[in-house]
Amino acid sequence: MKKLLELFLNFAKIGLFTFGGGYAMLPLIERVCVTDKRWISDEEMAGMPALAESSPGPVAINCATFVGYRQKGIAGAAAATLGMVTPSFIILLVISFFLDRFLENRWVAGAFYGIKLAVGILIIDAAVRLFSKLKKKALTVIIGSVSFLIMTAVNIFAVKLSSIVLMLIAAAAGYIIYLAGRKRRGGKAQ
Amino acid sequence: MIYLRLFLAFLKIGAFTFGGGYAAVPLIRETVLSNGWMTDGMLSDMIAVSESTPGPIMVNMATFIGSTQAGVAGAAVSTLAVVLPSFTFIIILLKAMKKVIAGDGFKSVLGALKPCIAGIILATGFYMVLTNTLGRVQSPVFDFKALIMTAVLAAVFFGSRKFTKKGMSPILLIVISGAAGILLNL
Repeated sequence: MKKLLELFLNFAKIGLFTFGGGYAMLPLIERVCVTDKRWISDEEMAGMPALAESSPGPVAINCATFVGYRQKGIAGAAAATLGMVTPSFIILLVISFFLDRFLENRWVAGAFYGIKLAVGILIIDAAVRLFSKLKKKALTVIIGSVSFLIMTAVNIFAVKLSSIVLMLIAAAAGYIIYLAGRKRRGGKAQ
Repeated sequence: MIYLRLFLAFLKIGAFTFGGGYAAVPLIRETVLSNGWMTDGMLSDMIAVSESTPGPIMVNMATFIGSTQAGVAGAAVSTLAVVLPSFTFIIILLKAMKKVIAGDGFKSVLGALKPCIAGIILATGFYMVLTNTLGRVQSPVFDFKALIMTAVLAAVFFGSRKFTKKGMSPILLIVISGAAGILLNL
């Protein structure tokens, strides 16, 4: 029980004191879970970004579940995840009650006019950073630009097509390429 | 029922987002627009708030949208749903799937999926800048002030990387853009 509370409190602390989402939390997660508490090893921590990227959902939750499960199984995973979520939940709940009235204020409305522009830039930046981490192969460039063009058309002309469809097609293409590659290698070996 | 709709919507968002908060924006945008939960303008406000408050961005967005649609219970349902796929996946991974993840098949799938996701996120960001400055095809406007401000903010943000190693933090950009917005709209 003491361990569960410890997991909860430490992940609540990480959630409360980091801005900018999961990747921004990695240094603090490392300090708490590797240096201070020795909950996971250096190697496990080094593999964390790759693990988080290959797993669906919020990066911070992937990390919390991983560390919690390693320490105390499913109960530990639940405690760590709950800890990570709780500060966010309370803060955003309170803000959501007041934001509407808040936005009626001229100054706040002015600030959000500017912030709206920054959000567009930040999202483009997130995409560019994701691209720059990928291996520069013809296939990467083709899939990336085709996806961009299709989604831009979908957005501009308000077409009803979910981005999930595109993602499933890309995933299927990746698997077909893998199968084809295996067949070719298999052929050579014979 | 609104709780069930929120739950399923955020379950889908949690299951189909790889690589953190901004990667969820295209799907969240689709979801809130098609359900009539938010307009594009409200979406931008919500993203700004979620980025500038502590904690995981996706959890912040889920809590905010859930709360505005269906109060505290709506926020709880949405947050639970957005977390559940990640939680389940990691536990199954640690129990049984390590080999699958390390396998070439999975790597090949991710290798094709990642540029697709990057393209989708880029399209969403591009469209946001487009609607901020030129409006939408259905109702075009030309906001000269927004165009200039976007150009200046982008130059400052990306230019800052030339001078410092890490460049400007997203939060600093939000603070600067907020201050500029107040000054220009007095």
